[in-house]
Amino acid sequence: MHQAIEVLLQAIPYLIGGAGLTIVAVVGGMGLGLIIGLPMAVAQVYGPAPLRAAAGLYVWFFRGVPILVLLFLFYFGLFQLFQWNIGALTAATVVLGMTSGAYQSQIFRGAILSLARGQFRAASALGLSDRQAIRCIVLPQALRLSLPGWSNEYSILLKDSALAFVLGATEIMARTQFVATRTYQHLALSLAACGIYFILTWVGVRALRALERRVAVPGFGNQEAR
Amino acid sequence: MTQSPILEVEGLCKALGGKPILSGVSFSVRKGEMKVLIGPSGGGKSTLLQCLNFLHVPDAGVVRLAGQAVDPRQRKPLYAYRQKVGMIFQDYNLFDHLNALDNVSLALRKVKKLSRAEAEGRARAELARVGLADKEKLYPAELSGGQKQRVSIARALAMDPQVMLLDEPTAALDPELIGEVLTVIRELARSGMTMIMATHQMGFVRSMADEILFMQEGRVIEQGTPEMLLDIESGSRTLDFCSHLAEFESGGAE
Repeated sequence: MHQAIEVLLQAIPYLIGGAGLTIVAVVGGMGLGLIIGLPMAVAQVYGPAPLRAAAGLYVWFFRGVPILVLLFLFYFGLFQLFQWNIGALTAATVVLGMTSGAYQSQIFRGAILSLARGQFRAASALGLSDRQAIRCIVLPQALRLSLPGWSNEYSILLKDSALAFVLGATEIMARTQFVATRTYQHLALSLAACGIYFILTWVGVRALRALERRVAVPGFGNQEAR
Repeated sequence: MTQSPILEVEGLCKALGGKPILSGVSFSVRKGEMKVLIGPSGGGKSTLLQCLNFLHVPDAGVVRLAGQAVDPRQRKPLYAYRQKVGMIFQDYNLFDHLNALDNVSLALRKVKKLSRAEAEGRARAELARVGLADKEKLYPAELSGGQKQRVSIARALAMDPQVMLLDEPTAALDPELIGEVLTVIRELARSGMTMIMATHQMGFVRSMADEILFMQEGRVIEQGTPEMLLDIESGSRTLDFCSHLAEFESGGAE
């Protein structure tokens, strides 16, 4: 018991350092997922048939393969093949981002489809181009409606990021394993990792909740947010 | 007196899902005129109005504004045309995430490229015109149906349209709210606005319409002044339809 506490006290700053890398992977992954997912959702709803098909194929692929397999496929396979020499953390961030893009596109697509169609027609009737109507009317509403789903995606991606350790990225899980195999304090260290993930989830979800309240519009969307 | 028409419609046809909705509709509207579309639901009134500003692209036919034919395949001229033809929908279609002021000023900024200050100034003037000067900060969900429809009228007016299309603007309203919207439309007509309006508010039609177009099965089957078509002696299809409407309305009121 005494020994466990001693190991923990020494290990925790090291693990928190790993949390920094986890945050990089998750924030980067969410950001990349947004950049990929949002245009893809718009393409799937408003785009021409070939674009819709391409987006559908992308989603089908990334939702159909386990993240662990994708990490291996890209890091040891495709990135090597194209001689793209990037670190394990960057590679993990890119793969997490591409996968998240597939899931996020479906969050946004669902939100877009739930909007009242008449508003788009009203925007057209005022002389707005389709592009302007999407930017000024559809997206501000769809993004608000997407926030609860996005917060869910964050908590999933955060936990998926633990898989980055198989590539050798020294994030929370890798550091936990590293210390545990040397000190044999598996239980204590695993619990510490649990604690860190729990805090990260909680802080992120709370922050997104706060954002949701901040951008809430009276009578629109998720009423329980206020 | 013989003024050239501001809007001309010639041989408009439209099928939706393989079913013909409009089968060769032609008419013309002079400046300042109020045309009213009457007829059974499914008769093509709403589709006609939507074809007039190309929310539905007609399969055949020509629409001319001030002598100028509209080609819906050319984006820029189409967007310019739509600015000149205001549209009012039955279910308002206000932008749910914007307050009343932003609903009215958005297109001024994005389409007419006015600065925010100019756009908001104009938007306030239009909101005042429909009697909603004190409601500019309210969001659609915080407005009554009648107020929402008045905001949508202000939104259309802000673009300085030459013609307004109104698709049953009071049909979704509670009876006690219909008056406030009709008052605004009446004011608009008095100020000289050219309008094409689908409505079954017969009192309004009798007093305001210059001409009634009775539509059934995608055609204008009768056309004339309210005095002509609604005369008890006329024996018109319009009169027949409207008398059923009146029975229904009085029956519903009891």
